[in-house]
Amino acid sequence: MIETVIFYVFAVATVVSATAVVTVRNPVHAALFLVLTFFTSAVIWMSLEAEFLAIALVLVYVGAVMVLFIFVVMMLDINIARLREGFVRYLPLGLLVAAIMLGLMLSVVTSDVFVLDTGEPLPKPADYSNTKALGGVLYTDYVFAFEIAAVILLVAIIAAISLTMRKRAQTKYQNPSLQNKVRKADRLRIVKMPSEEKE
Amino acid sequence: MDFLTSIWEWLHEYVQYTIFSGVKSLTILLPLFIIVAYYTYAERKVIGYMQTRKGPNRVGPKGLFQPFADMFKLMFKEIIIPTNSNRYLFIIAPVITFAPAMAAWAVIPFNDTLVFSNINAGLLYILAMTSLGVYGVIIAGWASNSKYALLGAMRSAAQIVAYEIAMGFALVGVLMVAGSLNLGEIVGQQAGGISRWFFIPLLPLFFVYLISGVAETNRAPFDVAEGESEIVAGFHVEYSGMTFAVFFLAEYANMILIAMLCSLMFFGGWLSPVPELVDDSIGWLFGKTAVFMLLFLWFRATFPRYRYDQIMRLGWKVLLPVTILWLVVEGVAVYFEIGPWFA
Repeated sequence: MIETVIFYVFAVATVVSATAVVTVRNPVHAALFLVLTFFTSAVIWMSLEAEFLAIALVLVYVGAVMVLFIFVVMMLDINIARLREGFVRYLPLGLLVAAIMLGLMLSVVTSDVFVLDTGEPLPKPADYSNTKALGGVLYTDYVFAFEIAAVILLVAIIAAISLTMRKRAQTKYQNPSLQNKVRKADRLRIVKMPSEEKE
Repeated sequence: MDFLTSIWEWLHEYVQYTIFSGVKSLTILLPLFIIVAYYTYAERKVIGYMQTRKGPNRVGPKGLFQPFADMFKLMFKEIIIPTNSNRYLFIIAPVITFAPAMAAWAVIPFNDTLVFSNINAGLLYILAMTSLGVYGVIIAGWASNSKYALLGAMRSAAQIVAYEIAMGFALVGVLMVAGSLNLGEIVGQQAGGISRWFFIPLLPLFFVYLISGVAETNRAPFDVAEGESEIVAGFHVEYSGMTFAVFFLAEYANMILIAMLCSLMFFGGWLSPVPELVDDSIGWLFGKTAVFMLLFLWFRATFPRYRYDQIMRLGWKVLLPVTILWLVVEGVAVYFEIGPWFA
């Protein structure tokens, strides 16, 4: 009973905040609603006993990715009037993408692959560790897929860094390791001065 | 008494559960608030003596009522909301900082039976909750509509993302030795005297964790988010009264949390260093935590503030490589089952 109530409360919150992401005018508010969407979906995953995925969603997307998103959005000088101009122009494209995604999802969900015939899912015992189960599968059955994903991510990291890494001639850089190596003797010269004699 | 029992039994199961959990969380949170109040007093006293001053000594004997005087002052101050600020986010921001700081305490074990929620993925939960605190800082900085506040928020966001990665990797090291994400089991794996505590095989990771813990809580020498000599008070420059107090409360609760996690994960928690002579008790956990809490104050009295680019360098170029290197060393040690820790 209580699980059903929790599910509906958070499902409604997810849908409402996801709608708000695309309807609110202020981009910072939109990004914050996206955070809320991630958080409420994490709660729904948690109620499915997928605690590792739920916490990873909060940890990775809410705790790191969205922080950087908001970081960038806050820096922008946003002209709301100009943002709204584009709405009608991009609407057909947006609808097309939405229709394609809906079609894909429907085809996957209604296919044989995802139809479970195991009956009612049974709740796991209290000492069942979702993290351990996931780790066991990832490093045995799906180890190649897992490693390929890791390599793809590594390539993406290197590509992103090499795209943004450029030296500008006019920028002055500090070298912290050189600064740390500085000792008193390099900067300071102590001059011995004999004190003057009293007349 | 019988009357009360009959009322209790008359209540619905869910109501009973809610009341029971509420009372349980209050037994953790109320002492926490009192410790936070006296932690601020201890901070002023300790730093005072380190600088050959006396610290607060006017309110009550030896200044012992100072925290309450401060608290009542803050409670009766007006909450000023700046013009052109984002009113709702401005009020919500301290709450967003406060809630995860309190929620993280749910999985902290105080001894082998005394824990609010004994969940399997406790370590991950702690990481997730501590990573949420940054939103309060960012939202406060943005909603204040103040340049200083925004600068503080930007600094804080970059710093926390940088140090969170090193912190997470340090915890992966703990996970590799303990073989569990449950905090109670992590302590249980360290049973058998001081030589079995994880700080010996994980010494570099312990230092990385401690340093990134100080950075995550925005404490000196990593307090560029506040940086009063540069950007006045950073993200909370526009906050007054209780809204400011809530930020403060969350910061100190987080410091105590990091201190307690250090003692749980690297120093055996409630376990006694010599189990043959002294019994394990909750007192050990509090004693170890108090030492780390003192370290936080000591750092503040000793070190000058890091420059912003030095903070970034330390996080990305020193702490992160150290953790990754040590994870490789640990992997080898686990493979060859070296020592009493990895066997």
